[in-house]
Amino acid sequence: MANPSLVQGAQALPQEQEGTSEERLNEILSSYEGRVDELIPILQQVQQVFGYLPELAMKKIAKFLKLPESTVFGVGTFYAQFKLVPTGRNVIKVCRGTACHVRGSAQILGEIEKQLGISAGETTPNLENSIETIACFGSCALAPVVVINGKVHGRMTTPKAREILNKEAQ
Amino acid sequence: MSFEEIKSQAVLQWKAMQQSENARILIGMGTCGRAAGAEDVIAALNQKLAEQHIQAEILQVGCIGLCYAEPLIELVKPGKPSILYGNLTPELVSEIIADYQIADNPRPDLALGTRGEGTLEGIPNLFDLPVLKPQVRISLRNCGNIDPENINHYIANGGYEGLAKALRMKPQEVIDEIKKSGLRGRGGAGFASGIKWQFCHDAPGDIKYVICNADEGDPGAFMDRALLEGDPHAVLEGILIGAYAIGASEGYIYIRAEYPLAIQRLRIAIKQMEEYGLIGDDIMGSGFRFHIKIKEGAGAFVCGEETAMMASIEGRRGMPRSRPPFPAQSGLWGKPTNINNVETWSNVSAILQRGAEWYVSYGTEKSKGTKNFSLAGNVVRTGLIEVPMGISLREIVYEIGGGIPENKRLKAVQTGGPSGGFIPEGLIDLPVDYESLTQAGSIMGSGGMVVIDEDTCMVDITKFFLTFTQAESCGKCIPCRWGTKQMLDILEDISNGRGRPGDIELLQELAESVKDGSLCGLGQTAPNPVLTSIRYFRDEYEEHIVEKRCSAMQCQALISYYILPEKCQGCVICARNCPVQAIKGGKRMVHVIDQDKCINCGICLDVCPPKFSAVVKVSGTKPSDIPEKPVPVVAKS
Repeated sequence: MANPSLVQGAQALPQEQEGTSEERLNEILSSYEGRVDELIPILQQVQQVFGYLPELAMKKIAKFLKLPESTVFGVGTFYAQFKLVPTGRNVIKVCRGTACHVRGSAQILGEIEKQLGISAGETTPNLENSIETIACFGSCALAPVVVINGKVHGRMTTPKAREILNKEAQ
Repeated sequence: MSFEEIKSQAVLQWKAMQQSENARILIGMGTCGRAAGAEDVIAALNQKLAEQHIQAEILQVGCIGLCYAEPLIELVKPGKPSILYGNLTPELVSEIIADYQIADNPRPDLALGTRGEGTLEGIPNLFDLPVLKPQVRISLRNCGNIDPENINHYIANGGYEGLAKALRMKPQEVIDEIKKSGLRGRGGAGFASGIKWQFCHDAPGDIKYVICNADEGDPGAFMDRALLEGDPHAVLEGILIGAYAIGASEGYIYIRAEYPLAIQRLRIAIKQMEEYGLIGDDIMGSGFRFHIKIKEGAGAFVCGEETAMMASIEGRRGMPRSRPPFPAQSGLWGKPTNINNVETWSNVSAILQRGAEWYVSYGTEKSKGTKNFSLAGNVVRTGLIEVPMGISLREIVYEIGGGIPENKRLKAVQTGGPSGGFIPEGLIDLPVDYESLTQAGSIMGSGGMVVIDEDTCMVDITKFFLTFTQAESCGKCIPCRWGTKQMLDILEDISNGRGRPGDIELLQELAESVKDGSLCGLGQTAPNPVLTSIRYFRDEYEEHIVEKRCSAMQCQALISYYILPEKCQGCVICARNCPVQAIKGGKRMVHVIDQDKCINCGICLDVCPPKFSAVVKVSGTKPSDIPEKPVPVVAKS
């Protein structure tokens, strides 16, 4: 599932972010014992703190767990949750589950992409907004569903999507 | 404190709440309720109660399943049946409080139904409503009735009685009870749970594990989320019973990270169990030791497969491996492991609480008990339902679901998510049980049920499912990795008007190869949507391939937009809004769409004023009399 654009993102990591991340990273690692099965929880926590998985962090995690860097990278690229590039301040998730699909989520996604001028999976250059698609949010009865910064908006229509974007994501 | 003491305390607390002088207000605060605006409703409710100085206890409960009517509240006045109100807004809830609490008018116009003893004029009994009448609540027995964050509520309603009973039995007796109940795995495959437990019980080894599969990844399914949000203890009690029966002292709940509320409720529930000695080193003083950990999934559909899930728990890429060895012999870290899904575990606790004999009174000969479904898609009453096995699809769609919105025609019912298939309208009387659904080419699956109406294109929706499985294929087996990709490419071609004769046969051949050549359930079932849509809707494929027409008008490349000259009044709105300047015209001129430039976005259709309705969407045909270039509008006589 490795995506070439993600790999490039990891190489292009800005230097200054690595410096500031070190202390926080050590703090995170100190709460773990160093067992291999802690890898995914550690990556999850690192992503929660930094918003993505910085390259240096993955190297440190590999050392901490005594794993090859390739293994950490392999896990980091296998799961859809992990990002190797920073995401925007606002994260707009559009559900593309079955129920949302038959109720027009493709149109909603198209509208949001048009409004923000980016495609799903991308972030605006000013790092303000990211659009992501989700396989299913599990709120099918309220389809179609859009989640903005963790808040679920149900029974979406294209005009409603425009309105919510204006309110929450500008 | 012994369990008996805990129980009597819990019952006292529950009774005190039931008999309280104050009003009680239950509000559905599952993810669905919140998405529909329950938080605004609760704020308005609190404000109104404070303004009017009304003493009331507010209880945040889980989902009762009537998602179509969210946000919901249930109002209980002492000595009267409770009333459920739906589709609330902050304004309406203030009105209801004013009218019912102050003026004693129960507002039958806004009420859905009543629960409990007694009747209220003008309001039907909730369980007589067509949406609830055919339902039986076993797994969802407490959802919407109790505060899921209060263990006492669960205990006062029979909770942990099943565990207490199990601990008085021998492990083998517990397994026999489950065997007697006929319970089959609710995660999809329908393997007999008792037999699965027996394998794990009989496997040699001191260390054994149990896992609760809460990685509900099927798009269109939310049963397990609602259950964990609404009644986490019912699942936890089941896990403990299973662990005791097979001899495990450690367990995991593997839950998707997309379900933050369910995770939070589980954490709270486990903490409360610790305080009551219901989990730990000496459970209920029986010497039974059990600890449980929550593992958050990181977003990989394939991790719902048991061997991939175990790899993920161990910290690796979630890729399935071949079986045997089965997890019951060599599972997590090579130890015997038993995996069941959320709904199965909640049935286990019900079976131990009330007995296998009671349980077998529901369902059919080979499929016992009930099944939860998330009913969604093009159906009037979407929601979480629990029905006895053997109920017909017709009852589910038309009685419980209230039929198709806008009186449209039903085309198919999709069960089992991307692993399942489409059941056409002609088979609507099919009983819902494991064997019947498999025979029809679909599967029971974990319980997603998406209703599809005539406006849905079968090629498009099949493409949708395959897009999902193709992206979620872990890549280990080549037939799955490349076969799904090839099938998707062919479907793309067909929906883009590039379909060729022979494509259907090629799809079928590929589908069979992917089924045969894949290790795990993902690859083995990914072709099901393709196979069933061809089996039942072959004419739609042929229409796309031969006539280049999509009669549901969903495949964008096969539709065109035209402006009808007799209707266009030359208002220029469409031309102004066209993103690619494909519309020529001018004031008082009949507008014409340049079909070569048009990108089929449909904006012209959206913006054309309804009083003109001059833009039409067609597929495979062209309206007559469309002018080549703009002509003056013919004045209406």
